Amino acid sequence: MMRELKFYEAIREALDLCLAKDPRVYLMGLGVPDPKGIFGSTLGLQQRYGSWRVMDMPTSENGMTGIAIGSALNGMRPVLSHQRVDFSLLAMEQMVNQAAKWRYMFGGRHSVPVVIRMIIGRGWGQGPQHSQSLQAWFAHIPGLKVVMPTTPYDVKGLLISSIEDDNPVIVLEHRWLYTIVGEVPEGLYRVPLGQAKVVRGGQDLTIVATSYMVLEALRAAELLAEQGIAAEVIDVRSLRPLDGRAILESVCKTGHLIVADAAWTTCGFAAEIVALVCEHAFEHLKRPPRRVTLPDCPCPSSAALANDYYPRSVHIVAEANALLGVSGKPGLASEAVSSVPLDVPDLNFTGPF
Amino acid sequence: MTPEAQRMRWLYYNLLRIRMVEETIAQRYAQQEMRCPIHLCIGQEAIAVGVCAHLAREDYVLSGHRSHGHYLAKGGDLNAMVAELYGKATGCAGGRGGSMHLIDLSAGFLGATPIVAASIPIAVGAALGSVMQKEPRVTVIFFGDAAPEAGACHESLNFALLKRLPVVFVCENNLYSVYSPMSVRQPEGRPLASLAAGHGMATYRGDGNDVFSVSAIAQEAIRQVRDGGGPMFLEFMTYRWREHCGPYYDNDLGYRSEQEFQDWKQRCPVARCRERLLREGILTSQDHEEIVRTLEREIDAAFRFAKESLFPEAQELLEHVYAP
Repeated sequence: MMRELKFYEAIREALDLCLAKDPRVYLMGLGVPDPKGIFGSTLGLQQRYGSWRVMDMPTSENGMTGIAIGSALNGMRPVLSHQRVDFSLLAMEQMVNQAAKWRYMFGGRHSVPVVIRMIIGRGWGQGPQHSQSLQAWFAHIPGLKVVMPTTPYDVKGLLISSIEDDNPVIVLEHRWLYTIVGEVPEGLYRVPLGQAKVVRGGQDLTIVATSYMVLEALRAAELLAEQGIAAEVIDVRSLRPLDGRAILESVCKTGHLIVADAAWTTCGFAAEIVALVCEHAFEHLKRPPRRVTLPDCPCPSSAALANDYYPRSVHIVAEANALLGVSGKPGLASEAVSSVPLDVPDLNFTGPF
Repeated sequence: MTPEAQRMRWLYYNLLRIRMVEETIAQRYAQQEMRCPIHLCIGQEAIAVGVCAHLAREDYVLSGHRSHGHYLAKGGDLNAMVAELYGKATGCAGGRGGSMHLIDLSAGFLGATPIVAASIPIAVGAALGSVMQKEPRVTVIFFGDAAPEAGACHESLNFALLKRLPVVFVCENNLYSVYSPMSVRQPEGRPLASLAAGHGMATYRGDGNDVFSVSAIAQEAIRQVRDGGGPMFLEFMTYRWREHCGPYYDNDLGYRSEQEFQDWKQRCPVARCRERLLREGILTSQDHEEIVRTLEREIDAAFRFAKESLFPEAQELLEHVYAP
């Protein structure tokens, strides 16, 4: 059997290999070399590569993003990490006005090979400003690339591809994925940007999911299988460039679409997938597509409220049953709810993040 | 001619060149062929010329929205700049950027972008890259008096000091941000250089309308920065003659007085330099006429090049969004 790593270990290995291979690669971010090492993903790297190539930084998200861009223009390949997506909002100017447009606005004279890692929080009372999912913002911008890896294999391969890419790439890592375990080959390998992955085959229904929602979609597919419904689950992996063909091929086969994206509904990424399918495969749809997304409010801190905030497998199952016009088995769903931890990624977690 | 006299003539030549380019843009702007915002630096040329006089081609310069002078003083290609204003394929940014996005990598002009203060951290990052790659390069960033009101400026000063990066911050204080005077933006009696000094940075202040004074200050500052002394902040006082954006004078609007403009015009950086050169016998009026004719020919040729150049093809619209 192939070696298994946790998600954060796969990130660390990708960074380690890229630092070793290319002297232009360097890491920076608040807490990158600190004793926690960005939830373990950068632990030990400063000891190996020194304080210039693995550097902590002032709490100056916007300025430091510009500094990363400037160093990239002068030949470096920076990897900037934010411990929460929310912190990166201070740097929207540099990401959107500068990094995304530099190549275009200078007629292709220069490009900006910058990777910006951002971690999506969830649960344990992190609340309105520590847990947002803003992938749609970034994926909206021409000039940026946006990836959301789900598995340890993919995060390593996508991170290496992102670091080797000559464009600015936003890598959105879900905190709840950090301790999942999966097979990860040793050494350098690449998962190409712009390729979705069918992670479970099925004929009856297509579930397109991003990041952590892929795991919920897989759980939902298992529950649906018990009802005799074969759901196909697609892990988007790369939001921009988007692998529209993989999604359309699946929907053409199943005629039913659910998009599971743990972000707000309005103008969200799920809406983009629905629009894509309606524009290009409308005649294959047997019913209107459905979205499993977040309610239209900020994330509350209290677990009592947050429990109803985040959609889970049972919500996907309920949408699938409604979509397919079947009644489902409520017993099964409630059993699944009680077995899923509601504000921690796994039962061993005792907080805080 | 002594090397010193030659150097002084070089300063004058470049001052006059920028002035004449900017005046030509102003004259021809009404033809509606340069269809992009322009921010002319007439009245402020001495800072660009005095600073860039001490830079090598490999050194980097970045700038903001009012960048024509910096681009030309650093050796940016004139034809490509004018063609960019005309939106032509031969423009320095292939017609994608216009006046606010000049670039000439072969001249070390790394780029100019018009979001106030946004190019400051990018310049600091370029300097970080130089240190990490052990290059002797110095990076100069030009910005106006409003940039130190933005967080990105202070974040950049802090980090440049933290890592002792080879950056020269050059603040051109022309007293106005668009129509807003200093008095509505910053506390009275606080020089901009003192903000950098508050960070712990070495600073100089000088008369931005005296190219010899700018040059002397810049020479010393750039020497110190190049020798590893860490970053430096220079503030030069100056005045923009024309409107913030566009080819005209706008003293009739009432946000500043005609008298104030006339006072500054008396201190014209080009005329002051010329008068000194004439007085000291470094330049004769015949020399001057010859320089003017040479520059007229060069500028005419640049505008002709721009007008005769082709526009980018419509099917190129989506090119250059991503690097391959």
